[in-house]
Amino acid sequence: MESKVTCENDLNFKATELRLGLPGTDDSEKHTPPSVRSNKRALSHETTEDSRSKSNSGTSDFGDDEKEAPPAAKAQVVGWPPIRSYRKNCFQPKKTEPESAGIYVKVSMDGAPYLRKIDLKGYKGYPQLLKALEIMFKLTIGQYSEREGYNGSDYAPTYEDKDGDWMLVGDVPWEMFISSCKRLRIMKGSEARGLGSYV
Amino acid sequence: MAYSFPEEVLEHVFSFIQDDKDRNAVSLVCKSWYEIERWCRRRIFVGNCYAVSPRIVMRRFPELRSVSLKGKPHFADFNLVPEGWGGYVYPWISAMAEAYPWLEELRLKRMVVTDEALELISRSFKNFSVLVLSSCEGFTTDGLAAIAANCRNLRVLELWECEVDDRSGNWLSHFPESCTSLVSLSFPCLDGEVSFSALERLVSRCTNLRTLRLNNSVPLDKLPNLLRRAPQLVDLGTGAYTAELRPELYSKLGDAFAGCKGLKSLSGFWEAVPSYLPATYSICAGIRSLNLSYATIQSPDLVKLIRQCPNLQRLWVLDYIEDCGLNALATTCKDLQELRVFPSDPFGVEANVSLTEQGLVSVSEGCPKLQSVLYFCRQMSNAALFTIARNRPNLTRFRLCIIEPRAPDYLTLQPLDAGFGAIVENCKDLQRLSLSGLLTDRVFEYIGTHAKKLEMLSIAFAGDSDLGLHHVLSGCNSLRKLEIRDCPFGDQALLANASKLETMRSLWMSSCSVSFEACKLLGQKMPSLNVEVIDERGSPESRPESLPIDKLYIYRTIAGPRCDMPSFVWNMGERSALRFS
Repeated sequence: MESKVTCENDLNFKATELRLGLPGTDDSEKHTPPSVRSNKRALSHETTEDSRSKSNSGTSDFGDDEKEAPPAAKAQVVGWPPIRSYRKNCFQPKKTEPESAGIYVKVSMDGAPYLRKIDLKGYKGYPQLLKALEIMFKLTIGQYSEREGYNGSDYAPTYEDKDGDWMLVGDVPWEMFISSCKRLRIMKGSEARGLGSYV
Repeated sequence: MAYSFPEEVLEHVFSFIQDDKDRNAVSLVCKSWYEIERWCRRRIFVGNCYAVSPRIVMRRFPELRSVSLKGKPHFADFNLVPEGWGGYVYPWISAMAEAYPWLEELRLKRMVVTDEALELISRSFKNFSVLVLSSCEGFTTDGLAAIAANCRNLRVLELWECEVDDRSGNWLSHFPESCTSLVSLSFPCLDGEVSFSALERLVSRCTNLRTLRLNNSVPLDKLPNLLRRAPQLVDLGTGAYTAELRPELYSKLGDAFAGCKGLKSLSGFWEAVPSYLPATYSICAGIRSLNLSYATIQSPDLVKLIRQCPNLQRLWVLDYIEDCGLNALATTCKDLQELRVFPSDPFGVEANVSLTEQGLVSVSEGCPKLQSVLYFCRQMSNAALFTIARNRPNLTRFRLCIIEPRAPDYLTLQPLDAGFGAIVENCKDLQRLSLSGLLTDRVFEYIGTHAKKLEMLSIAFAGDSDLGLHHVLSGCNSLRKLEIRDCPFGDQALLANASKLETMRSLWMSSCSVSFEACKLLGQKMPSLNVEVIDERGSPESRPESLPIDKLYIYRTIAGPRCDMPSFVWNMGERSALRFS
């Protein structure tokens, strides 16, 4: 796109009305050069600096040949993007599955004649799940502790995960649990002790 | 040459001249016209409340009935103006209470409005009928209760995007049973509940009600009753648009909408559930304006609704609409004049939706009347901007926000200078422009050369040097408002174009490279400007003078330095210079 204006690379500031410094002096040395960039200031708000912006040196700040890892989260620049605060919470993950789909898993208990099935989505977290199991199977499961597992209780809840391993219920965050749990098994306390003291 | 018309005749003639600019022109013809005009001017618009003082306004225009005031700079919307900066309306109200007992209308934007101010309004003006508060803050629903209770002839009460402390004191119930005058009631920005029975009774007895915009505390099952009581509605903002699927509610809603044959504008739709949208279909053919920007519904459902609205002129929507939805918009809505697409996930690193520059290109191709665009997206190309510019030379407002600062043309990795250059070159009537993406001084050269009608320009993370700012200030003849953040613009362009600043309403610069020294010089040399340095870190005196100041707000004024500056704002004028000695 051709520009019809001839562009001077420098401004003729001697012709301006106002200057810094005393009148009559040539204070062009005092001026900061027109090409000064204050990008550093702006960029200091951001956690990532990329080499897309024009920089005179050829090297990137994060090491020359390393591929930059995509940032997990960006520090937010104040007031950017320019939207009003009441508009900031409109994100809803796309619902690709129908609302009613549950996560049904079989629950077996040692010594019980038949299995049960429960919907893991119906529980908000471990306490609710364990309570429900206690009620369903009429037993007590007791307190979970990271060190001891369910030591001290008659029964321990375990589950088979996606890899086919039997895990103790409670070790991983709830969201991770319900997405990896394939089936539940309530083990007798004596058997479970082996799992719990495994450190 | 003496005019032989008596004053009354001239006054009568002037009464047909309502436009501010025309009125201003009339007042400049001669002294007697100035005098006649000032006595019969009834409405005034003050674009910057600090450009003039209440006393000056009242002295010149003794018989105003309608006053509009704007306070904080636009960037206050994005939290760039610290709390306590100013924009207080109370001094205006208290002065007007004396001078304008017959005041009827007050429209305020970005001002701090307290309950005391609202109470004073409600008690001082016997014929008060119109209160519009946009982007205001500082009041509670108690203030609204006072307005409702005391303003006997209230016709319009509109709250747009205000921050209101909701005391849930049933402010709506304070409208007396005798109040039947409401024409417009709008409160979508309030958080709290309103009394449904009070609302229904109010709507029933205000038979002239044309605009009703609810907040999201009003559930969907209350809507049919309200609509049935107001079949004359032209503008409806729903409350929450969600409920379990209940056939009787759906059919009641459908019937209620069908009864409002005059509806032209729909908004609200918080938490919208797609299955209830078809209840609006019966009136969609008449819809000119649709605000779905709170509706987190996906593209297919959005498209179904839009296809019902062939006469749509304005659409505000979230980027859930995606490119395919915008394609559908382009084929269906040939009368479209304004499009705003807001980001659903502005802080997400990756795009959560398939909305790109393509959507905007499609709309620019398919909608010949498109004039006004606000578009948030994550990628843009010069090619797309060329196409948009070529398709739509009639654009008057073009605000593009590419979410990543300094994002280049994603195809060529070049700056977007040429693309925006095409916009300003082709769109000769462009009044408002917001830039984003990777931009060098070149884009400002294009803007200074071509954007001769441009009145408002917003710049962020752009440019290389003072040359950029110089191009804008020296080239844009119609420029009134300039707001800049995070650009390497400094002293030279500002000082070289100091007199330009007197022809503008205001200039905002934050996180740029302007020195305290330059601000002082500007403030001292330009008495008709208020040069205000805003710095929450402490006095700019406490740092080397050559270091950049944090924020700068310059505006022309005939009222001198303001008296309500907080501790973090310094006026650079001559009289204020003593502060620093």
